[in-house]
Amino acid sequence: MIGLISYLVFFTTVATILSIAVLGLNLQWGNTGLFNGGVAAFFGAGAYGTLILGGTPQEGHIGGFALPYPVALAGGMAAAGLLAWLVGRLTLKLRHDYLAIATFGVAVTFENVMRNAEWLSGGARGLRGFDRPLQELFASPLAYNAVFLGFVVVLLVATYAFLQRLVASPFGRLLRAIREDEEAAQSLGKSPARVRLISFVTGSVIMGLAGGLYGTFYAFVSPQDVLPILTFQIWAMLIVGGAGNNRGAILGAFLIWGAWTASGWALSRYAPVEAQIYAGSIQYVLIGSVIVGMLLWRPQGLFPERLVVSQRGRHPVPAAAE
Amino acid sequence: MIQHLVDGVLVGAIYALGAIGLTMVMHMLRFANFSHAELLSVGAYVALVFDKLFGALAPVLTAKIGPLSMSFALALAVLVSMAVTAATAVLIDKLVFKRIRERGEELSMVFASFGVALIVRNLIGLAFGLGTTLYNSDIAFAMVLSTDPLILVRPDQIFTLSAALVLMVVLHLVLSRTTFGYALRAVAENASLAQVAGVNLRRIVIAVWVIGGALAAAAGVFYALTNQITPMIGRDLLMPVFAATIVGGIGSIYGAALGGFLVGLAANLALVVLPSGYAPSMPFLIILAVLTLRPHGLLGVARA
Repeated sequence: MIGLISYLVFFTTVATILSIAVLGLNLQWGNTGLFNGGVAAFFGAGAYGTLILGGTPQEGHIGGFALPYPVALAGGMAAAGLLAWLVGRLTLKLRHDYLAIATFGVAVTFENVMRNAEWLSGGARGLRGFDRPLQELFASPLAYNAVFLGFVVVLLVATYAFLQRLVASPFGRLLRAIREDEEAAQSLGKSPARVRLISFVTGSVIMGLAGGLYGTFYAFVSPQDVLPILTFQIWAMLIVGGAGNNRGAILGAFLIWGAWTASGWALSRYAPVEAQIYAGSIQYVLIGSVIVGMLLWRPQGLFPERLVVSQRGRHPVPAAAE
Repeated sequence: MIQHLVDGVLVGAIYALGAIGLTMVMHMLRFANFSHAELLSVGAYVALVFDKLFGALAPVLTAKIGPLSMSFALALAVLVSMAVTAATAVLIDKLVFKRIRERGEELSMVFASFGVALIVRNLIGLAFGLGTTLYNSDIAFAMVLSTDPLILVRPDQIFTLSAALVLMVVLHLVLSRTTFGYALRAVAENASLAQVAGVNLRRIVIAVWVIGGALAAAAGVFYALTNQITPMIGRDLLMPVFAATIVGGIGSIYGAALGGFLVGLAANLALVVLPSGYAPSMPFLIILAVLTLRPHGLLGVARA
């Protein structure tokens, strides 16, 4: 029973953290129409940033600044934002292909640098020496994990509330306007490149937050955590949930993460031993099929974006009729 | 240093073949096709299958061609592979991209291409195993071009470079000297106007996939011949090939050919100063440099 509960806590924590990353992607893709092929890099920048800033000194690489946890987490988010700003500044003025290629390239390069730059990231062995904040206050790991789950849920709710307000605000209307008809927005004196950059950086900072929490939860991060498959998983979550709908994004995250862990468990349990090394390939084919299948048969996702009328006509609908 | 230059040109020819097909697709169908590099893997493995098949049917074909590690069977298999890979590209378009294109969602096509890449790459892994293999396990001895400085080149590399150049010249002649070439360029310039002039757009789209698939197959076999065959060929060549299209300017066929060589050279020269572990990062750095200095590439034109 305790085993089941601690597994549920573990599962929900990871799914909640991934939901935050999906919300960040939803701002970029769902609300602004920006294609981010390198979610793993921005997630990773948050994780590595947080652990380098908040960790204890280690031999062989920089870091271990042992900064207070909120500062370290904010630093990780800032690292993700900075990376997004660098890429976005160069590509957001160009055709959308360039952003797709450049962001994918960032993810490849980020993983490659983290794997090789031992002085920075500990290399392929990963980054250790991070003490989870306030851990000494809790007697059992389960109690700590339960409280940590509460913490990430609060951050998920805060991110959700922030994005809901953002999307409903005049800025959110501007994002949708640019997504739907860039030239029309431009004719009204708006600067699409600037607005896109703001949205891209904000979404990436949110992914950085998710990465920072992920690193905190495991107190460890390695290049294995920032492989391109993470990007594909997070996309599948968004597209299953329904791009443009924040609630759908969160539900999609739980659904896909559940399907991913369940398929992994089923393969490890029921697949013959000699087929075990192919379990990863089978899961990748499944994720790819989910993405392609959804795009072909239900591109609006399970929970489509609800289109809103920003300004009603001069005669508002009577309250009784609503 | 000179060895790096030589290696850069040799691998650059392979990037160029991949990039030419990719840039044509990106120009005509207006989306960044992340599954294009998987066609190189498809080509390499289809050639492997037919190489074994021809070798088993007619053992005389397993004789090697001159100093190459390539046999007559493999040479035939390359031609078959180009046809099969071209058909695969058309089939993927029919199954996935065409349907999404008809709904008019360019960005969804980019998205879908990632899904297709993931499916193709891992199906190849499931079918042929995740390990590496070779067309021919004999050791290919390198020729010493000069001893001081030491420059080594394998006959296979000379062959792939020449074959790649021949393919590019053939493509150039087709594009510049035939009615079909004119039609293709007309569609690239202005699809609606070309249709008014009686060009069948559907056929041109199929032709683009056939050319892209065939060149990708050749590039895949050449890469596999000079390196090794793995299901990760597509993953490893994706960024260099994209970098080549951006260096040349998206949509420019000649730019893509030039870009392929430049990316091969730049990536190899960078390894003079950087540890070789950083090689996978090179294409991205090249892309960043191009976007900073000349966003539309060497031969590209600005397009909305």
